[in-house]
Amino acid sequence: MQTDIRQLRRPQSDDKQERPATQDKHEDILIECVDLSLYYGDKRALIDVNLDIPKNCIAAFIGPSGCGKSTLLRCMNRLNDLVEGVTIAGTIKIDGVDIYHPNYDVTTLRRNVGMVFQKSNPFPKSVYDNIAYGPRIGGVTKKSHLDEIVQRSLQRSALWEEVKDRLDDSALGLSGGQQQRLCIARAIAVDPKVILMDEPCSALDPISTEKIEELMLMLKDNYTILIVTHNMQQAARVSDYTIFMLLGKIIEFDLTDKIFQTPSQKETEAYIGGRFG
Amino acid sequence: MRDFWKSGDPYAWLTGAALVFSLLMVAGLLLLIITKGLGFFWPSRVVVITLKDGSKYMGQEAGSEPIPTPEKRNSAEKKYRIRLKIGNRDLYGLDFKWTNNDDIATTTYPSTAVVVERTEWGNMYGFITEIKDGEKTLASGHEASVSMIRALLPDNKRLIKKIAAIEKDDLGGISAKIERLRLKLKPLEKDGKAPETQHIKSTVEDLERQYRDKESSLIQLKQTINATQVVTQSVEGTVKQLPLSSVVRFYEPNTMGVLAKTAVYISKLWEFVSAQPREANTEGGVFPAIFGTIFMVLVMSVVVMPFGVLAAVYLKEYAKQGVMVKIVRICVNNLAGVPSMVFGVFGLGFFIYGIGGTIDMLFFKSSLPTPTFGTGGVLWASLTLTLLTLPVVIVSTEEGLAAVPQDIKYGSLSLGANRFETLIHIIIPTAMPGILTGLILSIARAAGEVAPLMLTGVVKLAPSLPIDTNFPFVHLERKFMHLGFHIYDVGFQSPNVEAAKPMVYMTTFLLIVIVVFLNLTAIRIRNHLKKKYTSSAF
Repeated sequence: MQTDIRQLRRPQSDDKQERPATQDKHEDILIECVDLSLYYGDKRALIDVNLDIPKNCIAAFIGPSGCGKSTLLRCMNRLNDLVEGVTIAGTIKIDGVDIYHPNYDVTTLRRNVGMVFQKSNPFPKSVYDNIAYGPRIGGVTKKSHLDEIVQRSLQRSALWEEVKDRLDDSALGLSGGQQQRLCIARAIAVDPKVILMDEPCSALDPISTEKIEELMLMLKDNYTILIVTHNMQQAARVSDYTIFMLLGKIIEFDLTDKIFQTPSQKETEAYIGGRFG
Repeated sequence: MRDFWKSGDPYAWLTGAALVFSLLMVAGLLLLIITKGLGFFWPSRVVVITLKDGSKYMGQEAGSEPIPTPEKRNSAEKKYRIRLKIGNRDLYGLDFKWTNNDDIATTTYPSTAVVVERTEWGNMYGFITEIKDGEKTLASGHEASVSMIRALLPDNKRLIKKIAAIEKDDLGGISAKIERLRLKLKPLEKDGKAPETQHIKSTVEDLERQYRDKESSLIQLKQTINATQVVTQSVEGTVKQLPLSSVVRFYEPNTMGVLAKTAVYISKLWEFVSAQPREANTEGGVFPAIFGTIFMVLVMSVVVMPFGVLAAVYLKEYAKQGVMVKIVRICVNNLAGVPSMVFGVFGLGFFIYGIGGTIDMLFFKSSLPTPTFGTGGVLWASLTLTLLTLPVVIVSTEEGLAAVPQDIKYGSLSLGANRFETLIHIIIPTAMPGILTGLILSIARAAGEVAPLMLTGVVKLAPSLPIDTNFPFVHLERKFMHLGFHIYDVGFQSPNVEAAKPMVYMTTFLLIVIVVFLNLTAIRIRNHLKKKYTSSAF
C-alpha cells in the first residue's frame, strides 16, 4: 500500500498519546480534532481526543465495543447533537472551519460529511428518489440535472449496471449489499468531502462485503473515508491509517501496516493479537 | 391426565375456544340482523281468512306464536295464533291483526288480490275494480284495470319526478335567491340607500313573478296527475278511490312467479337505499340518512387527520420527553374513554352556542333571531366527533411515528435535511400506515356514534341534503339525517313501531355495511402504502 507518510510521526512515548498525529500543520490535513471530549450526561465517553486526518485516505477506527469509535464518528457530522444530554468540549475543524462554532450551519456540515450506517437504511422510496433526495433538499430541481447526479452517483458506487432498469422500483426490494451500496451512492450524491462509515459491512455476507471494500478503495481518490469496523482484517485490507481506541481515548494512530505489524503500544498489540476485546 | 395438563395444550384450547366464542357472537349478530332485515322486502302471498263468525280479513302473514295460557302451561297441547299484516290503515287504523288459529274457518289465496304500496296510509290489500279519469271510466274489471295501471305507471312516475324537480330545484332555487336578496335589503334600507334598494326590490319582484309562474304550472301538473284514479275494493267491500300518483308500487303476489317476485324484491331494495323516506320514516328509503352519515364521517376525517397528526408529531418529535409530555399523553389517552354524550354537551355549548352564535352575530346578523350557524348542523356534529376521535388518531399516529426506524431519520439528517424536511419527506410517509390505522379506528367509532349527534344537529327528517345545486352547494350549517339516529327514531319513536321493525333491522344492516365499506376503503389505502413503505426482509 503506497501511502504518503510525510505528515505522520511516531507518537512520543512521553506524550501520553494526546496528539498521536502530526504536530506540525500540513496543508493536506482535512479533519482536525483538538482536545475533543464528549459527555453523555455525567459520563465521559470521549476523553481529550486529538486527531489529524489527511485528505483522500481511508482511516479505520478499531477498538472494543463501547470504546467511543461510533461516538467519535458521529461528532464529525454532529449527529450527536440529536441525542439528549450530550455535551461536547473541544473543537473539530474540517477544512480549517470549526464545525462546532455557534454560527456554523449544521446542514452545510452534513452535506460536506456524508454518512453510511451500520444497517442499510434506504428510504422507503424508489431507487431514483433515494439518490435524488439529498440533491433535492439542497435545491436541485431540474430533472436533467437530477438524472445526471443519480446516474453518476450510482456509477461511482458500482450499482448502476445492477439497478439502471429498475430506478423506479422501491429501494427496499434490493438485496442487503445493494442497499448498502445505494446508501453510499446516496451519500455521494450530495458531493461530500468526507464519508463516515459506521460498520458498513457488519450485516452483510462476505461477497457483498468484498464489493463494498472495492468500492471504498475506488472512492478514496475523491473522498476521505472514515470507517468504524470490528473486523480487523477489513481494517487491514482497506485502510491507510488505523486508529485504535480504548475507553474513549485514542491509544494509537498510525499507518495501518505499522499498527498491524509493529504496534507501539502494548494495548494495541494485545487487541490485535486477540488477547482481549 | 397430569401429562395432558403439563403439556400446555389445554391453554391453547382455551384461547382457541375464546376466539371461536367471540366469532360465533359476531356471526350470530350479523345472521340475526340479516335474516330479520333482508326478508322484509320479499313479496309474500296475500291471504284471505274467513273466521268462524263470518268476518273476513286480508293481508300478508307476518309470523305466528303460541298463545300464552298460564293455566295450561304444562299440557302438551299448544294453541297458536297468527299475525296478519292487514294494511289499509285508512280503513282499519291498525296495520296488524292477531287471529287465533282455532277461529279460522277457511284460508284462501285469491288470484286477483293485489298489494298497492301508496305514498300515504301504508299498503293497500284488496282488489282493483276500475280505472277512472275524472268521471270517465278508462278500464273496468281486474284484468283490464291491472294492465291499464301497468301501462300508465311509468309515465306517472316521470311526471312525479318532474314535479319534485320543479319543487326542489326551480322553486327552491328562486326562493333561496329571494331570501338572500331580502337579507341584503334590510341593512340597505336602514342606511337609506334608495337607488340600490330600488334595484334589489325590482329584482325580488321579478323573481317572485317567476316563482308564481312556476307555481301555477306546477299546480296544473298536479291536477293532471291526480285526475287518474284507481278504484279499489277491500275484502269486506269498502270501495275507495286513490289517485294513481299515490301509487308507488303495485303487484299481485298470488300469481307471481319467483322471478317476478325477485324483481319486486330488488326494486324495493333499491328504493330503500336510494329514495327519500315516507310516512314518518317507516316506509320508503333511507338515502338522506346514508348520505348524511357518510358526509359527516368524511368531514370529520378531513378535520381530524391534520389536527391529530400535527399534535402527535409535536408530542413525539419535537416536545422534550419529560413529565409534562407524560401527563399530556395520559390525558389524551383518558380522553378516549370519556362518554360520548359529554362531547355532545360540549359541542352544544362550545361549538353551537359559542362559535356558531358568534358567527351568526358577526356575519348573519340580518337573519337573526333565526339562527344560521347557531343551531345544530352537520359541521358542528362533525367537529364534535372530531374531538371524540382525536385521541384515537393521536395515539396511533404516535405509535406509527415510534415505529419509524431511527436509522432512516439519521439517514435523512446526514444528507443535510433539517428536521422539518426529514419529517415531511421521510417520517410522515413512513408512518402513514400507522396514521391511517388511527383514521380507520376513528371512522369506525364516528360512524356508529349517535348520542352526541342528537345534541349537535341530527334530525329525524331533514328537508334537504347538505349538498345540493343551490349556491354555495355545500351547506355545512344544515341539519342532517344519520343512520344510527334513524334506527333509534324508526324503532322507538315512530307511531307505527310494529310495522317499522323490519326497517330497523334493515337500517342496522345498512349501517354495518357502510362502516365496513368505509373501513375497507381506508384499509386498502393503508395496505397500498404499507407495501410501498415497509422494508422487505433480506
